[in-house]
Amino acid sequence: MSAFRDAGHLFRLAGVFAAGVLLFLVLRSFLVPKSFGEYGHYRGNALAEIAARPVNFAGHETCETCHADVLEKKKDGKHAHVNCEACHGPLAKHADDPSSVTPAKLDTAVLCVRCHEANAAKPKSFPQVVSADHSNGLPCDTCHQPHSPAISAEAAK
Amino acid sequence: MNLTRRHLLLLLPAAGAAWKYVLAGTPEIAPNYKLTEHWWSMLIDLTKCIGCGNCVRACQTENDVPDGYFRTWVERYHVTDYDIENPQVDSPDGGKKGFPPAKDASGKNFFVPKLCNHCADSPCTQVCPVGATFISPDGAVLIDKTYCLGCRYCVQACPYGCRFINPRTDTAEKCTLCYHRITKGLTTACCENCPTGARQLADLKNPKDPIHEFLKTHSVQVLKPYMATHAKVYYNGLDGSVR
Amino acid sequence: MPGVEGFMYPNEIELQWSVLIVLYPFLTGLVAGAFILASLERVFNVEAVKPTYRLALLTALSFLLIAPLPLQLHLGHPERSFEMYLTPHTTSAMAMFGFVYLWYLMAVLVLEIWLDYRRDIVVLSQSTTGVTRLIYRAMTLGSSNISEHALHIDERAGWLITVIGIPSAFLLHGYVGFIFGSIKANPWWSTPLMPVVFIFSAMVSGIAAVMLLYMFLTWSRKQTIDMRCVDTVARYLFYTFIIDFGLEMLDLIHRIYESDESFRSLDFMVHTKLYVSHIVVQIFLGTVTPILLLGATQVLTLTESARKRIYGLAGCLTLVGIFAMRWNVVIGGQLFSKSFLGYTTYKMGLVTREGLLTAVVLTFLPLVILWVLVKLLPPWPERYEGPDSVIAHAR
Repeated sequence: MSAFRDAGHLFRLAGVFAAGVLLFLVLRSFLVPKSFGEYGHYRGNALAEIAARPVNFAGHETCETCHADVLEKKKDGKHAHVNCEACHGPLAKHADDPSSVTPAKLDTAVLCVRCHEANAAKPKSFPQVVSADHSNGLPCDTCHQPHSPAISAEAAK
Repeated sequence: MNLTRRHLLLLLPAAGAAWKYVLAGTPEIAPNYKLTEHWWSMLIDLTKCIGCGNCVRACQTENDVPDGYFRTWVERYHVTDYDIENPQVDSPDGGKKGFPPAKDASGKNFFVPKLCNHCADSPCTQVCPVGATFISPDGAVLIDKTYCLGCRYCVQACPYGCRFINPRTDTAEKCTLCYHRITKGLTTACCENCPTGARQLADLKNPKDPIHEFLKTHSVQVLKPYMATHAKVYYNGLDGSVR
Repeated sequence: MPGVEGFMYPNEIELQWSVLIVLYPFLTGLVAGAFILASLERVFNVEAVKPTYRLALLTALSFLLIAPLPLQLHLGHPERSFEMYLTPHTTSAMAMFGFVYLWYLMAVLVLEIWLDYRRDIVVLSQSTTGVTRLIYRAMTLGSSNISEHALHIDERAGWLITVIGIPSAFLLHGYVGFIFGSIKANPWWSTPLMPVVFIFSAMVSGIAAVMLLYMFLTWSRKQTIDMRCVDTVARYLFYTFIIDFGLEMLDLIHRIYESDESFRSLDFMVHTKLYVSHIVVQIFLGTVTPILLLGATQVLTLTESARKRIYGLAGCLTLVGIFAMRWNVVIGGQLFSKSFLGYTTYKMGLVTREGLLTAVVLTFLPLVILWVLVKLLPPWPERYEGPDSVIAHAR
């Protein structure tokens, strides 16, 4: 007991520390977001917030619900698995309200070379041409129909 | 302790209020979407990639990615013969506008699209000091941008260089596997827009997903396997020179 | 791309951590080093360094108070930084460091200073007037007991705090080293030696800083520099330097010998982009030269004024060298691509939030704090020599 006789200041100090810890714990209970820890060490509501982002590309299945005729043309050709928006761009707004957004007419001279311009790094089996030599400056859709690009034997003549 | 009627009269309303509180905090991700039914990954078939850059552009459009930063990008490799230790690599603006003709057509040339690998054991989520980045129960590594401090520790910790700090929000950002699309039954923007099917979203928990058959019949690799991050983006035909 | 050589992953081109993150380990290193010097006297009874004891503690506190500032200025959202205390991620070294910092500040440094100064604080709370009186009264926590027994309890408690404080100081700066050393993605950082190298370089910088401060402040107060003290401090600086240099050489030799996939890229970087900061400033000017200078004072018999000059020069070179070491670790670790195929450049702003001016201000701000602390709690030996001193009452 005599050891504690002159230690009053240390007890006061301990009291200050204890008060600080208590204050911290109280503040913490207010400030930690309520959904924190729901699935792991993060704010559970973040999942729904991230999932709620608006979509810009409708996805080919959505296009096909209205444009079944194009799907018909595409399905047996080489572009069967090239999705609509890969060329036509993001059209979720058009799919939601077709009359509000009219998709732009595409310029084949710019669009087609993106994939089909010859490049040493492209797989050898992939159809590629040196566009300057291939068509004498004519736009690609002079001979190729993009939705089914193969040229029939008669048309090639 | 004997539960008297008085105890119940106090406990039940309290429990009811608490339950409502819990329910209020449970977000609905999307109708009919159950987190535990999915384990997302991606398959990239390098034998099919043509370096068109469609994926990079589509990602930027879908996710509003600022110029100069990349949630996904394409690299072009040139390897002369046997010297796989010294490839020449370029990625002009991340491959966003495609690639110019190769200077040297000899040797081996190919494209490698890259993105966040959504690692099952990710070093980036390990180092986040506050829990702003995490792996969702369905396998997507995501960032809570309202909680992120912008300390950049996760950017340093990623071995693949897929993270960046968005200058508009001053928070960390990266590929989200188009979480807002895949939870609605759509595929990612990059996979939707890939003309050759080189990129394909895969759900490892779905027994009908074609990736299971593919993994059984092809030699696949992940990037930097020695980092033991358990990356979930699988590459078919990944050359030894790829960094 | 301007500033880029070879190939870098597109998101790697811009550096993530700036000069402020270089400054941060430098400041916390000074804290740890100053504290270790103080503990030499308190725990290991190296009586000769007693004149620097209180000054070392105040120096540590000044730098520790400023240390979070570069971090706050660097964050994208400093207003969210409290989240590290609310929801710390236990796997994150950075989050856990928040608590190590808090522990060290409150449970070690502030406590030790308070216990050592308590008698003076009580005396000053009774002898001063006005605002200063209020400050001292607040610091007494309402207790004015300075009986011999109370002071003896303070002495024993202070000793205990210092004993806990030594591993705490190692933890403080070792943790900073671990924050870098645990990043497997970065081969320049990832090594188990990193915390150890950081601790020893911290000790070197802290001892040098206190030595310089003591010499400068004593001279500016027109008092006599206690050469026995300074000679001893310099000797400890010399020993610590040998260990620090040895550790850095071990890391270097190990890298060169193993020559793993990262080595060629890192080696090239050190010889080109980091040539001046690493080879010239850190190794030659900042390590080898001070070691030779201090070594000379150990083997040769030199006059007092020659020794003072050498200590001054060696001390300054040491601080520059240790800063360069932090620079080479932090900035160097971000200059090379993780593909090992390219390099980028650090574009340091001058008057931006994370620029040079901010770094300079933050380096000198602790000295301002120290000036305030020295006025409030004078650390000078004359205060505690003689019959009226703390020592006479406590022992």
